[in-house]
Amino acid sequence: MKIVDIKEPGKLSWKEADLRESFLRQLEVVPNSEKIKSCIQCGTCTGSCPVSYAMDISPREVIALFRAGDLETLLHSKTIWVCASCYACQTRCPSLIKVTDIMYALKRLAMEKKIYPPNFPVYSLSKTFVNIMNRYGRLHEPLFLVFFLMKTNPFKLFSFMPLGLRMAKRKRIAYFPSKIKNLDSLKRIIKKAEQMDLPQTKEEAQYMKDTVGYSAVDKEIIFEPTKN
Amino acid sequence: MDYTYYPGCSLESAHSSYNDSVKKVFNHLDCNLFELEDWNCCGATSYMSVKETVGFAISARNLALAEKHKRDLVAPCSSCYTILKKTHNYMKELPELHEKINECLKEGGLSYNLSIQVRHPLDVLINDIGIEKIKEKAKYNLKGLKIANYYGCQIVRPDKGFDDREEPMTMDNLFDSIGAENVYFPMKVKCCGGMLMTTFEDVALKLSKEIIECAVIKGADCIVTTCPLCQMNLEAYQNEINKAYDTKYNMPILFFTQVLGLAFGFSDKELGIDKNLTDRIKINGALMHQ
Repeated sequence: MKIVDIKEPGKLSWKEADLRESFLRQLEVVPNSEKIKSCIQCGTCTGSCPVSYAMDISPREVIALFRAGDLETLLHSKTIWVCASCYACQTRCPSLIKVTDIMYALKRLAMEKKIYPPNFPVYSLSKTFVNIMNRYGRLHEPLFLVFFLMKTNPFKLFSFMPLGLRMAKRKRIAYFPSKIKNLDSLKRIIKKAEQMDLPQTKEEAQYMKDTVGYSAVDKEIIFEPTKN
Repeated sequence: MDYTYYPGCSLESAHSSYNDSVKKVFNHLDCNLFELEDWNCCGATSYMSVKETVGFAISARNLALAEKHKRDLVAPCSSCYTILKKTHNYMKELPELHEKINECLKEGGLSYNLSIQVRHPLDVLINDIGIEKIKEKAKYNLKGLKIANYYGCQIVRPDKGFDDREEPMTMDNLFDSIGAENVYFPMKVKCCGGMLMTTFEDVALKLSKEIIECAVIKGADCIVTTCPLCQMNLEAYQNEINKAYDTKYNMPILFFTQVLGLAFGFSDKELGIDKNLTDRIKINGALMHQ
């Protein structure tokens, strides 16, 4: 874990401040995302999570690290990629925090900042998905699997052969992808939405007020000593 | 009763059996499903985690297309159901997002005014058609069939929909009404691993194994599910699970509409049960004389 500059407590490094700003922008599309401030660190999320055993940072710690102003460690964690988005944490959180949506936001942030190992499966998976979607408007599972494996682990294609054959035998493989008729209209919608996903100007981006964690320390007076 | 039908990508290929059985069952109950014209992929979790605005926009295109017909939209795939519903809900909760997405949709000559509902077939069966009618239409009693009802994550979560998020009972009630026995199944809303099967296989295998193991211990004849991805993970990867954990599972994984179809008197072929990779369910009792 990287410690924020000790000489100046409450000040975030420029890198961390930048990450935080982007993260808060990602949270804008989540209703009630400000609930992240009301975490009571009870650990219900970690206890409910079926994959927390495989995580390096537990869901509870994710919120704690965000508060402590250490998004960088979070973005380098395995946690955000292991999340299977089953929403167990989000359903049980007593403070109504949208934990799964926060995981999504962190994933998007890591991709935006290009923090992931090369040929990283989750990233390639999403990318392949997006490519096929843009070409046909629908997902074609066999093509999706082949492209994905070619990118990440071509040798694994062979191990999928028996399963593929079994599926083919039961007529469960559609050999040709179906394409939607009005692909142009879909593409125009995607193009417009993509423009909106790009970071807007800084002033516009900062409409969610950041009053949590380290960066808030010098903004708010928490305790006023009595004058003698 | 009329509904707009959104099959989704996976029901077009690997899970055509789900598609066939949903249509058969609804038809039998005098419900008309009109397939949404020119629907596109909902984006699933993969799109949502890369570019959220795009994810919402492509999913909203389907909602906008469906809105023209003024009927509820029925989506059998749990992932499609969740994503479409989430898009609807978030657009409702965040007026800014609504405006933003409509601006995108305008490029394609569409707009969405939040006037339709996204429904799951299970919801429609229980709440619109009703158990009484299903009972009336059932040709066979499923007495003796032990079912482990597996709802999966995405049909009951994240938002409270038509059933409880921790202890859903709709499917249990449904099969109870046609005579089947529901085994006690505490894994009913546990995660099967989902897309992790392609990215972190060991994790997904463990999660799927725990679900099958529980059903075996409780003496179930089959696991019945509502989600294509759960069906895929639990069924197609059963060999892998057996290899990894030195087990000998051969648990049939069926869609709830397939089991319902059996009670209505449809054949294996009509319901796509012949496309399953595991053994056919051993049905004792009344159905055996079929």
